[in-house]
Amino acid sequence: MEIYDILFWVLSAIAVSCALGVILSRNPVNSVMFLILTFFAISGHYILMNAQFLAVVNIIVYAGAIMVLFLFVIMLMNLNADVEPQKGQLVQLAGVISGGILFLVILAGIKSAKPEIMDKTSTDIGLITNLGRVLFTKYVLPFEISSVLFLSAMIGAIVIGKKEETKDPDAKAERVN
Amino acid sequence: MPVNSTHYLFLSLLLFSIGIMGALMRRNAIIIFMCIELMLNAVNLLLVAFSKIYGDADAQLFVFFIMVVAAAEVAVGLAIIVMMYRKVHSVDINILNRLKH
Repeated sequence: MEIYDILFWVLSAIAVSCALGVILSRNPVNSVMFLILTFFAISGHYILMNAQFLAVVNIIVYAGAIMVLFLFVIMLMNLNADVEPQKGQLVQLAGVISGGILFLVILAGIKSAKPEIMDKTSTDIGLITNLGRVLFTKYVLPFEISSVLFLSAMIGAIVIGKKEETKDPDAKAERVN
Repeated sequence: MPVNSTHYLFLSLLLFSIGIMGALMRRNAIIIFMCIELMLNAVNLLLVAFSKIYGDADAQLFVFFIMVVAAAEVAVGLAIIVMMYRKVHSVDINILNRLKH
């Protein structure tokens, strides 16, 4: 067994068990922590597959920015295991069975797929030089459009999250005083 | 048996199914959101695996764009959840089934 295979199985076990922890833990803060661990395991897979730039971006963007945003919102709302809403046992069982059936259906579909041999030698596809060259030649238009998407998401988040102005002039005067 | 594409297919499928199960099982809107992130990451993992197998950089660029869209989605979605929490003081999705308050 090569080192690649050992690392693959270890990282897969971490990813799957932490993903189960996300959906099974009662406390939302624990869920966020498990999800961060899952993202770290997936980043490990990226490094294993010579996608170094994506591994770094995954840690910075997902584990660093997005999950901190989640954690911030959860702590802002003061959510914990006591106020966590729980579905009935029957609905939870139905969810697990539906997810399991989806798993089995797709598994039956891809079971007969011809296994492609992984080339385990190091490549430089995932390096930032190569990715940048492709991004700014072939995919320059989607890149620009995604910047517009980001701008609109930023404005949208501000507009949605803004406190509503009170129409009542007395309330406004009171707040000024 | 050395690791090949089938292993990555199974791993991604397993992570995706766990995400689906979580989205169906939980009532907390934030946890459902996190399960959607998990599903997006399962797909990202598969794209990178096939990028490695076929030696193609395009798939990694797609992962990059998925991350961009996910970040924008999280910003807007969390703003909506915070707004909903201000109105009804709960993140329980069962309260939202009436669409009026």
